[in-house]
Amino acid sequence: MIDVLFSSLGQLFTVPHMLYMVMGVLIGLIVGIIPGLGGIAGMSLLLPFLYGMEPSVALGMLMGLVAVIPTGDTFASVLLGIPGSSASQATVVDGFALAKKGQAARALSSAFLSSMIGGLIGALVLTAFILIARPVVLSFSSSELFMLTLLGLSMVAVLSGKDVFKGIAACGVGLLVGTIGMAPATGEFRLPFEIDYLYDGLPLVVVGLGIFALPEIIDLLVKRGAIAEQPCQLGKGWKEGVKDVAKRPGLVARCAGIGSLMGTIPGLAGSVVDWLTYGHAVQSAKDKSQFGKGDIRGVIAPESANNACACGAMVPTLLFGIPGSGTAAVFLGGLLLLGLQPGVSMLETNLDLTYTIIWSLALANILGAALCLGLARPVASLTRVPFVILAPLITILILFAAYQATRSLGDLLALGIIGAIGVLFKQANWSRPAFLIGFVLAPGAEAYFYQAAQFQGAEAFMRPGVLIIGALIAASLLLPPLRSYLKKRRQADEPTTHERQEEVAPLALGVIDVALLGSLLAVAGYMWWAFADLSMLGGIMPRLAIAIIVAACVLEIIRTVIKPMKWQTQTLSQQLLWVAGFFALIGSVMVLGFLFAAAVFCLGFLLVVARMKPVAAVGLAACVTLFLMGMANLLTLTYPTGMLAGL
Amino acid sequence: MTTLKNTPFKTFKKALLVAACSTLGAISVNAQADDVSVPDTIRWTIPFGVGGGTDVWARFFTTWMSENIQGNPTLVIDNVPGGGSINGSNLFAMRADSDGSQWIGTSASTQYPAMLQDRRVRYSYEDWTPILATPTGGVVYAQPGLGNSAEEVLNAVTNQRVKFAVQSHTGLELPVLIALDLLGADVQAVSGMRSRGEGRLAFERGEADIDFQTTSAYFSSVEPLVESGRAVPLFSLGVLNDSGEIVRDPAFPDLPTFNEVYETLHGEAPSGPGAEAYRKFFASGFTLQKLILLPNDAPEALIQEYRDAARRFVDTEAFKEAAMAQLGPYTPVVGEVVEQHLQDAMSLDDATRQWLVEWLLEQHGARI
Repeated sequence: MIDVLFSSLGQLFTVPHMLYMVMGVLIGLIVGIIPGLGGIAGMSLLLPFLYGMEPSVALGMLMGLVAVIPTGDTFASVLLGIPGSSASQATVVDGFALAKKGQAARALSSAFLSSMIGGLIGALVLTAFILIARPVVLSFSSSELFMLTLLGLSMVAVLSGKDVFKGIAACGVGLLVGTIGMAPATGEFRLPFEIDYLYDGLPLVVVGLGIFALPEIIDLLVKRGAIAEQPCQLGKGWKEGVKDVAKRPGLVARCAGIGSLMGTIPGLAGSVVDWLTYGHAVQSAKDKSQFGKGDIRGVIAPESANNACACGAMVPTLLFGIPGSGTAAVFLGGLLLLGLQPGVSMLETNLDLTYTIIWSLALANILGAALCLGLARPVASLTRVPFVILAPLITILILFAAYQATRSLGDLLALGIIGAIGVLFKQANWSRPAFLIGFVLAPGAEAYFYQAAQFQGAEAFMRPGVLIIGALIAASLLLPPLRSYLKKRRQADEPTTHERQEEVAPLALGVIDVALLGSLLAVAGYMWWAFADLSMLGGIMPRLAIAIIVAACVLEIIRTVIKPMKWQTQTLSQQLLWVAGFFALIGSVMVLGFLFAAAVFCLGFLLVVARMKPVAAVGLAACVTLFLMGMANLLTLTYPTGMLAGL
Repeated sequence: MTTLKNTPFKTFKKALLVAACSTLGAISVNAQADDVSVPDTIRWTIPFGVGGGTDVWARFFTTWMSENIQGNPTLVIDNVPGGGSINGSNLFAMRADSDGSQWIGTSASTQYPAMLQDRRVRYSYEDWTPILATPTGGVVYAQPGLGNSAEEVLNAVTNQRVKFAVQSHTGLELPVLIALDLLGADVQAVSGMRSRGEGRLAFERGEADIDFQTTSAYFSSVEPLVESGRAVPLFSLGVLNDSGEIVRDPAFPDLPTFNEVYETLHGEAPSGPGAEAYRKFFASGFTLQKLILLPNDAPEALIQEYRDAARRFVDTEAFKEAAMAQLGPYTPVVGEVVEQHLQDAMSLDDATRQWLVEWLLEQHGARI
C-alpha cells in the first residue's frame, strides 16, 4: 500500500500531469467565481476532451477542477452576497457582512486559508479512511440519514437566536417550498396551481440566489453608496485574515473533520455540512453577538468544511458509484467515460488511480487557494466601487446564474418570487438561513423517513446510530438555554451585573411582521385546502410543514400579546419599488429576449440611475453582452429569445 | 491499465482544436459530400444531466459517429435535464428543425412515460425515426439469508414479503416488478431511490432483500458480492434475438432467463396481460434502452447516411473493444430493425394498459 502511495505521488509530478491539473484548476476557479456555474458546468467543459485520454492524467485534470470550486465561489459569496454554489451559502451570512464593514480582504484571506487547510485535512483523512470506509458508509441506513436531516434542522434554533418563533416559521415556509414536486413515496405531484415548471421542485441555486442575493442588491440600492460602508483597509485586512485563521486551529480542524466525514455519507453531504459547521461555530463561541453581523468565525467554519467535504464525497463516488454531491455526480460520469467502473476495484486493481485522485485533490487545493489568496486583495477593492455601477452587472449575473438551473423562463420568475419573500424576511429580520435550511432538508427528511419506516418499521428508531444522533440533537437544543439559565442565576446573585441584563433589547414588532404573520396563516390555510386530495403518505410532509408554520405564527402572536412589545418602524416602500423593477426586467426578458433586454437594461440603468458618462456606460453594457454571448457559445446555451422573435 | 492510444500532448492538441472549432463553428465552411449535404454541426439533445448514464453513453458515441459520417460533422451535446427526461424531450419535439441537424438521445425513462401516457408527455415516438439503439441486460439477485441457491430463494419469496428498493414504481424496475409478480413473489417496493446505485446500497446495508442491476453495474458492484457470498443471483432478463425470442444474455451465459425460470416453475411460457406488459416494457427499456433519434421529416438521404455511418463502425473490432467497457458485450442495432422493434414495443394496447393501472394500484398503491 505504501509503495502505491508513493508511486502515485511520483506520477503526480510528471509534466503532463501537472500541466493538465493546472488547466483543471484554472477552469475550476473561473467557473467557481462566476455565480451559478459550478462543478457541473466545469465538468461539461472538460468532458468532451476526456474520451481516449490516459486515465491518471485525466483524473488529475478533473480533480483539479473539483477541488477548487468550493474555493473560487467564495469571491461571489463574500464580495457580492451571492451564494456562488450550494457549498458556500453559509459563507454569505458573515462574509458579506464583513465586506459591508470594509473588511472584505480579511474575510477573503481567512476563507481561502481555511479552505486550503480544510482541503488538506480532507485529503489526509481520505488517504486512510478510504481503505476502511466501506463498513462505515454501509452503517448509515435510511433511519440514520433521517436523523442527520433532523440534526441539520435543529440548527434553525441555534441560528435564529431570540426570534426563535420567527425562525421556526421561516423554516416551516422553507420546508413547504421544499415539498413542491413529486412525493417520493407515492409519485404524486404536489403542484401549487398546476404549474409544469414545478414538477422537479424549485432548484436550489434559484432559491439561494433569491433569498440571499436579491434582497442584498435591493438593500444596497436603497442605501446608496458602495458595498463597504466603512473605509477599507485592504493590505492590513489581508494579514489580519491570515492571523484570524492561525488563532483558531481548533475550529478549522474540527470543521474540516466534520466536513470530510459528512462528505462520505452518500445522499446528504454538501447541502447540510456548511450549516452544521456554521451552527457549530455559533454554539462553541463565547460571544455570539456578532454572528450574522460579521464574525470571522462564521466564515472560517463553513470554508474549512466545504473543501474537506469535496474530498470526503469521493468515498461514496469511488467505492459505491453513488455520488455524494452534484459535482461528484459529474465526476462519476468522467470516470465511466475513461472506462473506469467505481466499486471495490478502485481499492484493488486501481488503487494507484485512487491515490492519484487523492494526491491531486491535495495539490489542487494548495494551488487553488494560493491563486485566490493572491487575487483577494485586488478583487476586494470591488467593494469600494459605488454600488449603482455594479448593480446592473450583478443583476444580469444573477439572472444568468438562475437561468443555468433548468434553462427555462420559470427560473427567472421563481427567482423574482423567492427574492420578494427574501426582501420581506430581510426587512423584518426573519431568519433567511432558517428558510434555506428548511428548503434544503425537506426532500431528504421526507424520503428518508418514509424509507426508514418501510424498511425497518418501528425498529428504525431504536438503532444505536439513531440514538447517538438523537442525543446530539437534544444536546444542541437543550444545552445552550440550560447554560444561559445557569449563568443568569449566577448573575442574579451578583447585583453589580444587574445593569447588563437590562441591555437586552425588548422584543420588537413592525408592520411587515404583522403582514407576514397574517399572510403566512392565509397561505397555510390555502395550501391545506389545495393539498386536500393528496394521499396519506404523499401529503404527510406538506401538512407537517403547514402545521409548523401555523404553530410558530400562533406562538409568535401570543408572545407579542402577553409580553411588552416595542413597536418598530419597518420601511418597505422603496424596496417594493425595486422588486417591481426587477419583475419589469423579467417581463422585458420575456418580450425582448435575454440578450437584448440585458444590454438595454445595463445601458439604461448606467445612464439614467448611475448617471455614468455615455462612453463608459456603452462600454460596460457591451462587456456584459459579450460575456453572455461568450458563455452561450462555451456552454451550448440558448437564451430565451423573447416573444418578438416568435412573431 | 488501458493501452495508450493517444499521448497526452496529442490529446491536448486535439482538445485545443475541438475548442477552436466549436467556438468558430459559425465561420467554418460548408462540408459538401457526394450526394447528401451533411450539416456542419449536429446538435444532439440529451434530456438528462451532464455525467449521467445517457450523457456518458452519448459522449462515447459522438466520436464514433462524427468520424464515420461524411464530412465529419461536429456533434454538440446539449443537455436539457428535468422531469426525468420529459422536459428535454418535450422541448425537442416542439423546437427541433427537420433539416437533419438535430438529434435526440433517449432512454428507458423517456420511453416509459410515453407508453404509460403520462400527462406531462408532449412528444411522440411516431414523430421520430431511429438511427441506432443499444441494448442492455440485467440480473435480479437476493440476500443469501433467503436461501443458498436460486431455487431456494424463489421458493422463499413466495412465502414471505421481501423488500425491493426502487426509484419509482414506473421506473426502469417496472418489468422486474412484473416479472417477480408473475413468479408469485410477494414484493414490497420501497420507492424514492435517486438511482439504481442507491437501491444497491440499500441491499448492501441489508435493508432491501432483493435487488436488480443492469449489466455494467452488476459486473463492477454485484459480482464481488456474489463471490464473497453476500448475494445470490436469481435470473437475468435475457436478450431479444433477431427473430424476436428472448434468449440467454451473452453477458450471463450460465444464468437462466426469467422466461426459463417461469417455465420450470409453471411448465409453460408466461401468458396473459402481465406477460404482455412485461414483454413490451422489457423491449422498450432493455432491448432498445438507449436510442439515437431524429425527426422523421428529416431528409431521407440524410437519415440513410447516418444509419450507414453507424453500420460502418458497429461491427469493427476497434469499436467492440472500446464498447466493452461502455455498453457491455452487446452490439448496437441499426436502422430499420430498430424501427420495427420500436413500433411494436411502444404500442401498448388498452387491455394491457388497463391491467397495468389496476395492478400498480392494487399491488403497489401507485397511481399513474
